[in-house]
Amino acid sequence: MSNKVLICRCEDVLLDELEEAIAKGHDDLESVKRYTGFGTGWCQGKQCTALVARLLVSRGGVAPALPITPRPPFHPIPLADLAGLCPDDAEEPA
Amino acid sequence: MSARPLPEDARTVVVGAGIMGLSIAYNLARFGAERVLVLDGGYLCGGASGRNGGGVRAQWSSETNIRLMRRSIALCDEFATKMRINVWFRRSGYLFLARSDERARQLEASCALQNEHGLSTRILDPTGIKKLVPQLDVSRVVAASHNPDDGVVFPWPFVWGYAREAQRLGVELHTHTRVLDLETEGERITGVVTDRGRVRAERVICAAGAWSPELTRKVGVELPSRPHRHEICSTEPLKPFLEPFVGDLGTGLYFSQSMRGEIVGGISNEHVPEGLDQASSLRFLALYARSLTRAMPILGGVRVLRQWSGCYDLTPDGNPLVGPVDEVPNLYLASGFMGHGFMMAPIMGELYARHLLFGEEPELFERWNLRRYAQGNLLSETMILG
Repeated sequence: MSNKVLICRCEDVLLDELEEAIAKGHDDLESVKRYTGFGTGWCQGKQCTALVARLLVSRGGVAPALPITPRPPFHPIPLADLAGLCPDDAEEPA
Repeated sequence: MSARPLPEDARTVVVGAGIMGLSIAYNLARFGAERVLVLDGGYLCGGASGRNGGGVRAQWSSETNIRLMRRSIALCDEFATKMRINVWFRRSGYLFLARSDERARQLEASCALQNEHGLSTRILDPTGIKKLVPQLDVSRVVAASHNPDDGVVFPWPFVWGYAREAQRLGVELHTHTRVLDLETEGERITGVVTDRGRVRAERVICAAGAWSPELTRKVGVELPSRPHRHEICSTEPLKPFLEPFVGDLGTGLYFSQSMRGEIVGGISNEHVPEGLDQASSLRFLALYARSLTRAMPILGGVRVLRQWSGCYDLTPDGNPLVGPVDEVPNLYLASGFMGHGFMMAPIMGELYARHLLFGEEPELFERWNLRRYAQGNLLSETMILG
């Protein structure tokens, strides 16, 4: 049986990889996010941020005052739908 | 990283642990400089170095930028081996689209200059463009310039690579350490006051990106540059299909496919709040989505996963601020890189260190000096994107 523990399911970030990042000195939540890519996939951290924060604190890292910066959109949106929201006054310069 | 105490004094204090500051510090140490200290108020990759699109190109309109970026790309080539970190560097070319005859003429003039300096850039007609990127709608496109040797990197490992190697060579790096004030005696800086204590400094290099005007103002130096929020976004990952990084100088639209498969890109947007601001807007997404789906309609069904923003450090003449400040002789600038500092940093770090230690490249450091604004010797660059 594999002993791999998946923490961020969207970006396939393993517990081991998070431990390694913290051991390398990425000891605050935003730095760990950048080093491992956790929270940057389909769910944008909705499922994994709390787990990573708990792990970070238990390994002596900096206790986060805030979660990672939430990135819009809340749900993935097709480009064609967004294009339809373009304001009428915005011309496209040549 | 920040638990260690600050040193009492330093020969060189670099303010800003973005790629520019770290590249300068690494190169100083590599050429034997000692007591180099790098300070940053935030964390690594927290500013523009961690928020950009990762494009590296030698297609520019001025001889200086072409020459420097050619060398920067060569340094990117060997970065992974030398710094022992994977930067996902992909030399898959840059394609600049022109939708007007005037833009096409500009690209032609730049292409001729680039060819003179040994670049393989060529001008493509719509048929040639279609051949390179079949998914592009070329009905509104007049021509394009393409350099197959430009490329894309993943920005973050560049920052980590420089940080790690600089520290291995003896550079002290302190993140989460905010510079509150600069102490002076006469016209010279004598110390840097931070929220974690004071450090005596023999010289200070300002590599604080969009935060640079705030820093130099502490010693009464007003920079002509200003922060400008630039937004960017990334889609769900797709199977690799898009070779070059695509740009349009008219709208400022640019996009490329990352090694993770996402389409990453942005667009010019003048209507953003003044000053240092890293928020996101729906207006940006709409502008970007409209121009992107016009350029490549097949992307209409692809979903945007995340958007973010970073701050450009814009100068009035589109050229950076580099070298010593006349009024404060031991204050040096490495700022005003117009949103292109990331790609310039590998070569600028090396040139800066060589200039400080051996006096090399005096012409470049004169040309890009802040005093050109007092003297009225402004420069130009037409191939600024975003």
